[in-house]
Amino acid sequence: MVIELFTDYTLRNVALGSALLGIVSGVLGCFAVLRRQGLLGDALAHAALPGICVAFLLTGSKAPLVLLIGAALAGWLATTLLLTAVRETRLSADSVLAIVLSTFFGFGIVLLTFISKSENANQAGLDKFLFGQAATLIAEDVQTMGLLGAAALAVVAGLYKEFKLLAFDAEFAASLGFPARGLSVLLTSLIVIAVVIGLQTVGVVLMAAMLIGPAVAARQWTNRLGVMLILAAVFGAASGVSGALISVSDAHIPTGPVIILSLTAIVLGSLFFAPARGLVWSTIRRRQQRANMKVE
Amino acid sequence: MSNVSIDHPVVIHDLTVAYRDKPVLWDIELSIPPGKLVAIIGPNGAGKSTLIKAVLGLVPTVAGTVSLFGGSYRERRQMIGYVPQRSSVDWDFPTHALDVVMMGTYGQLGWFKRPGKAQRELALRCLEQVGMADFANRQISQLSGGQQQRVFLARALAQDAQLYFMDEPFVGVDAVTERAIVNLLRDLRARGKTVVCVHHDLDSAPEYFDWLVLLNVRLIAAGPFETTFTSENLRKTYGGTMGAAIKHIEHFEEDRLAISVQADTKRPNGH
Repeated sequence: MVIELFTDYTLRNVALGSALLGIVSGVLGCFAVLRRQGLLGDALAHAALPGICVAFLLTGSKAPLVLLIGAALAGWLATTLLLTAVRETRLSADSVLAIVLSTFFGFGIVLLTFISKSENANQAGLDKFLFGQAATLIAEDVQTMGLLGAAALAVVAGLYKEFKLLAFDAEFAASLGFPARGLSVLLTSLIVIAVVIGLQTVGVVLMAAMLIGPAVAARQWTNRLGVMLILAAVFGAASGVSGALISVSDAHIPTGPVIILSLTAIVLGSLFFAPARGLVWSTIRRRQQRANMKVE
Repeated sequence: MSNVSIDHPVVIHDLTVAYRDKPVLWDIELSIPPGKLVAIIGPNGAGKSTLIKAVLGLVPTVAGTVSLFGGSYRERRQMIGYVPQRSSVDWDFPTHALDVVMMGTYGQLGWFKRPGKAQRELALRCLEQVGMADFANRQISQLSGGQQQRVFLARALAQDAQLYFMDEPFVGVDAVTERAIVNLLRDLRARGKTVVCVHHDLDSAPEYFDWLVLLNVRLIAAGPFETTFTSENLRKTYGGTMGAAIKHIEHFEEDRLAISVQADTKRPNGH
């Protein structure tokens, strides 16, 4: 299997594509989680579905870049709607999020059904964006993903200090003259890129887990943001590759769910067994303290 | 007016701020002289924090102008330090005390540049000034409330400003920290800096500060404590609801008349 990774065309694409996804969503997910915006990724991912369908209907093309642009525009539209509604109405953020997410996704499913019933010979395969189908990744897809991912990571590397400050204390950042809202929009746009990278592999429905899971697991092992970003990338890549390989070994399993299940294993392991913050150790420590008290 | 505004660190003219349709600050006219420790005092919802945030351009204003050392906030940013309320951030953030203090240097560093050795050393000195040098590498969630507050103060010191705005620095801190903050404020004053604090505790206010701003949506009074901290002004600020406030003012006046007053140990904690 390991040798096949480098020789088999499909396997190589699958492994590269899902590793890329894991790295990018792991890093960006850290900022989303630390800013308590985990569900924003969920809304963005669900919003991508109608974007893909509209892009296909307008162009008749299934070229990855076309669909990705559609997804990005829809994600951007959903975020703008969301932030405006939270600012201008008295609705709470979670209510607005739920409405926007369901509306966009419902619209996407309607369009998807419409497309699959149409006479267009080119229509097959759009439904893979629901749960992902890594086996269908071709070299061109992986190249697109690689370019997008590299661009997103380059921005994070360049603005690491600014993003850290924004995530910790946005108001202080603004008082220093950094445009908090602009940086926030930029960070959200980068999350849209992560979502777009994950569309073919994980699909829109489970993409949020891919953003949140690696970050939550990584936070358990470290108290430093830099280390957390790297760990999240490693966890994301590991679950992406292992999930995708399992799914490819039997092409009938959609990739998304398998990747998310591998990720869940990492998250649970970290929640229970990470040295300082793990539940197991803190329970043992508490027991010991209680025992010591009794002895004294 | 322009003569006054250049040596006055803060000159506020006709400032009005509203959330939705409700005015939070109404027509504030205020000018703060240099080298003072200034307390902003008023009841809950008086707009004390909002006043600071409006001056720093963090909340939109409906009307009015703010001039800092004769210029706009944007022009004078490098001369101004800010200590937000401690509760405004998540202290479980994955970082350590020294790293938070270094954030105070980000404004001078500007875009893209990372903090280096010089910033590290400056941040360490700032931590020393607030008695926190031993905690430089401590994860911030493992600090006590008072220690977290001192980290925030050290971060503002790292900004190396002429004028500081602090939002309730004394809330929820231990006695050691309270002492440390008072000493720090006096040290800043001795170095010619101006410090403007939102403050809750009427009891300690005259001891810690020398200039007073009484606020309740409108500006009630502003000036040195001797002339401004009067029962008449406090009654106007707090309405008839705060008997305790009046009692404290009476103590203050009696103190000034050098009449020994038996200490009223019970302090209003202001929440």
